Formats: sequence, C-alpha cells, structure tokens
Amino acid sequence: MPPVIAIEQLTKSYASGVAALQPIDLTIERGEIFALLGPNGAGKTTLINIICGIVTPSSGRVLAAGHDILRDYRAARSLIGLVPQELTTEAYETVWATVAFSRGLFGRAPNPEYVERLLHDLSLTDKRNSRIMTLSGGMKRRVMIAKALSHEPEILFLDEPTAGVDVELRRDMWNLVRGLRERGVTIILTTHYIEEAEEMADRVGVIHKGNLILVEEKSALMRKFGQKELMLHLEKPLERLPPELAAWRLELRSKGYELGLALDTASGLRIPALLKQLSELSIEIKDLQTHQSSLEDIFVQLVRERA
Amino acid sequence: MLRSATGLPSVGRSTPRLHLAFNRHGVWAIYKHEIARAMRTLVQTLVTPVITTSLYFVVFGSAIGARMSSVDGVAYGAFIVPGLIMLALFTESLSNASFGIFFPKFIGTIYEILSAPISYLEIVIAYVGAAATKSIVLGLVILATASLFVPLHIVHPLWMILFLLMTAITFSLFGFILGLWAQGWEQLQLIPMLVVTPLTFLGGAFYSISMLPPAWRTFSLFNPMVYLISGFRWCFFGKSDVRIVLSVALLLGVLGALLLLIGWIFRTGYRLKN
Repeated sequence: MPPVIAIEQLTKSYASGVAALQPIDLTIERGEIFALLGPNGAGKTTLINIICGIVTPSSGRVLAAGHDILRDYRAARSLIGLVPQELTTEAYETVWATVAFSRGLFGRAPNPEYVERLLHDLSLTDKRNSRIMTLSGGMKRRVMIAKALSHEPEILFLDEPTAGVDVELRRDMWNLVRGLRERGVTIILTTHYIEEAEEMADRVGVIHKGNLILVEEKSALMRKFGQKELMLHLEKPLERLPPELAAWRLELRSKGYELGLALDTASGLRIPALLKQLSELSIEIKDLQTHQSSLEDIFVQLVRERA
Repeated sequence: MLRSATGLPSVGRSTPRLHLAFNRHGVWAIYKHEIARAMRTLVQTLVTPVITTSLYFVVFGSAIGARMSSVDGVAYGAFIVPGLIMLALFTESLSNASFGIFFPKFIGTIYEILSAPISYLEIVIAYVGAAATKSIVLGLVILATASLFVPLHIVHPLWMILFLLMTAITFSLFGFILGLWAQGWEQLQLIPMLVVTPLTFLGGAFYSISMLPPAWRTFSLFNPMVYLISGFRWCFFGKSDVRIVLSVALLLGVLGALLLLIGWIFRTGYRLKN
C-alpha cells in the first residue's frame, strides 16, 4: 500500500538565509502514529506547515495520499487536519460556530449530526453555545481538535497537542488519539514530551537543525539505543574494586557507595553469580535497582551527538 | 473526560472530498463568518453611521444649506446625499475588508484559511463579497435616512445600483489588499485616515468642483474621488462635474489594477506565506 505521506528532497530556506529544512525524505504509512521529535527551532513546525500548505517549500515534493500538495492542493488539503501549537481562535465566536466554520471552509456540506457527535466525543456538548473566550485552556485545546476533525480528515497533524495541558487531560488526549487511529486516521505529532511519544508513537523521527537524523520504529529504537543498567548501593564504601571482580566490568561511583553494571543478555543472566561473589567478598548490599534508558535518554544522546 | 472518538465514523481510503473547481461551502463559510461578525457589532456597524449621517444633515443640510442657494439646480440638502453615501461606502468598504483579513493574520487564525482547500480567488470572493455586502447595506440605510430629511428623486436608479455595487467591490478589494499589507493597527488605519478621507472631502462630497477657482478645479481633476462622487451624483440628478463615461472608465480601471495587484500578491504569497 502506498504511503499516506511521501516527502521527497524537501527543503526550506527563508528570505533571511536561514535554512530551516535540509533535504528531507520521509514516508508515513497509513494508520500509524508518527512522532516527530526535536529541540526548539529544529524544523518540526516548518515541516508540518509545508505539508499543510501554510509555508511554501523551497524545493522538493510532498504527496498526501498520492496528491501533490502544490499542484493538487484541493484534494490533498481536504484529507488533512491540523491542530496548531498556538490556541488561535476567535474569542467572540461560539464553539458550534467555529467548528461549523472549519467544516465549511474545508469544503464539506453542513452536517449537524456529525458536529454534534464530535463535540460529544470531545466533551464539549454543554459548551456548544459558549463563547470561546469563556473557556479554559484545556477546553480551547479541545475546540482546536474539534475544528481539525470537523471535515473528517484522514491525516491529522498535532503540533504540540498537550503543551500547557494538565496531566489528566493529557492522558485523555492520548486516548482520543488512539481512538482516532482505530478509525483509520493517520496521526503525525510533534511533542516536547518524550513520554508522549513513548506512550503513543509507532515510529519516531528525530529532527535536528533541519535534518531528519533518525527515523525508526519506536520499539526498534529502544532496543538499538536503549541501555539497561544494574545499580548496587553498598552498605560501606569501597576504595577500589577488588581484583576478584575485574571480570565483571563494574563501575565504582558515588564515592565508592555505588556499583554500576551495564546489562546485556549475558550479564543479565549472571546477576545471581555476581551477588554471590559480592557476598563471598563480604561486600554488603543495601539496595539494588535497574534502570532502563527512556526515549528521552535516547533523544538527548542523539541530539548531543549531532550538536 | 474525552471519549475515544469511537462514536465517529471510520475514515475512507484517500477519497479526496474536493474534486470541484469551486469550493462553494468554503466561500459561504467565510462570507457567513464575516457577516456574523458585523451582526455581533450591529450598533457599531449600522447605528453609528446613521447617527453620523443625520448629524451631517443637521450641520450641512439645515444649518449651512439654509443659507445656500441650490447647486446646479439641486437643493443643497439633496445635493450632498450622493457624496455622503460615497463617503460611507469608501470608508466602510475599506475598513470592513481590511479588518476582515487583517484580524485572522493578527490573531493567528489565518493558518486555517491557508491550510484549507480553497483557492485565492475564492478567498477574495468571500472576504470582498462580505465587505461589499455590508457597505452596500449601509449605503442603502444612509439613503433611507437621507430620504427622511430631504425629498429625493433618483434619475438613473439602475445605474445608481450598479455604481454602488462597483464602488463597494472596488474599495473592498482595496481594503482587502490593505489588510494583507498591514503589519499593525497603525498601518491598517494609515491609508483610510490620511489618504481616502481627505481625498473624499476634497473630491466634491459637499460641493461641486465647478464652484472652485479654475486652478483648483484643474487640480481637483487629479483626485480620483471626484470622478466617483460625480458619477454617483449623475445617477441621482443626471448632472455631474465630469463626464459619466470618465467616471465609469476610472472605476473599471482601478478595479482592473487592483485585481492585477491581488493576483500578484497571491502568486508570490506576499505577507501571507513565508
């Protein structure tokens, strides 16, 4: 099946000379949740804005479900919904009016039943006649999502969807995104919350200084770059590692109070042997814990390497 | 608590919803949105101009007009009606259209217009159409108000409607371009306040340029407002300062130039897209 988004050699240079995007190639498969990670100013929003038609590319080509976003913009844009980073809505409009406006703007005939259901699913039914200026930040974020979904898009871009949103609403948003995916919507999100990408994404792309430095299945990425470590907290500090432990590649830290061991499959299986040997050497253990690299650790490591 | 969107229908498989050459729902959505904004500020949109027009009649029509003989055989109170309507039409078309497109730029909602499957021509039709509708309604309200103060007989009613329509569209288009160009509120007000209003006052809204000394009369002919006000006055009384053909030609010329300019703006994305 052809990708739902195909980006070929896409670049963007602004009149100021700033190269926001180096040549980028990327394909996004139908029905997946793709997380685009990157530090501030990396080019995430520029990339999204080009695909959605807000920014003009300098060169390259983007196809949305096979439709060129420039030459066949009507067909391409009618399939795309965008939730921007900023909460930009007209303060005096009602929730219903702004959602109905978005649906019409995207060329869809009025469908009060659909809008009603959409507002219901976003817990906005009782706010349908409220002016947007009277809503909380979280409610406004839901209105932005309702606007983006009003024309029943197949591809949804979420630019920092949970920025400034409380923990409960963030979890609710994640459920909503999963629900949309179940309906067959392809979701591309940018986020600063690595936890968000870790929680939801099927694939992850890391963009840095306009370059797409990595695109990987999330689970493969965790396997490839992730590390697991065993940390042993000692009752009494060690001045140096006893020669009997040399074969273990242990690292002495925290002024001798901590022993660290990078775990791979082989060393992981031999932990009981290590504990037994430490006991024989009268090295008492106060506590032990393991630490698995998070996506955040991997992201920071990748960006630091490219800095 | 958000539901997991299970109540919504499943999406199709890449079936573009817009094969049509014209996004009528999109145009209607913007048009309706702009008209709704005017309805939210009905007092500002309609009542204020009516009061202002009434005051013009009190000051110019009654106080000054009572001491003036007729102009070109038309009672002074009636003579100023076309000028007053044109003055309102110029300023309201400009402000409605410029604000209509400037405001989304200012608050950031322009992203939605730019990302929608709607052509530049459709965007212009919607915004300019809404602004022109509002100013035409206002022009008709002023005409109705004026008829309460002075007896009016319109010699060329069809031409009057056509002139009203063309002027509203031309100035709305001009306003739309101003709204695209403006990068702040000050710039938005600059042309209407410093150029259009003075030119309108000097363009014979309250007098006939035939009343001016010859040098000033010649100088006035470089003011495009003279042609528009004169043309509109001809529709009412069958008399004008300049030939009606020149007025129509100027109006069409300006409209054509503005259409070319808007075409260039959209082709280049000037102040709209980076």
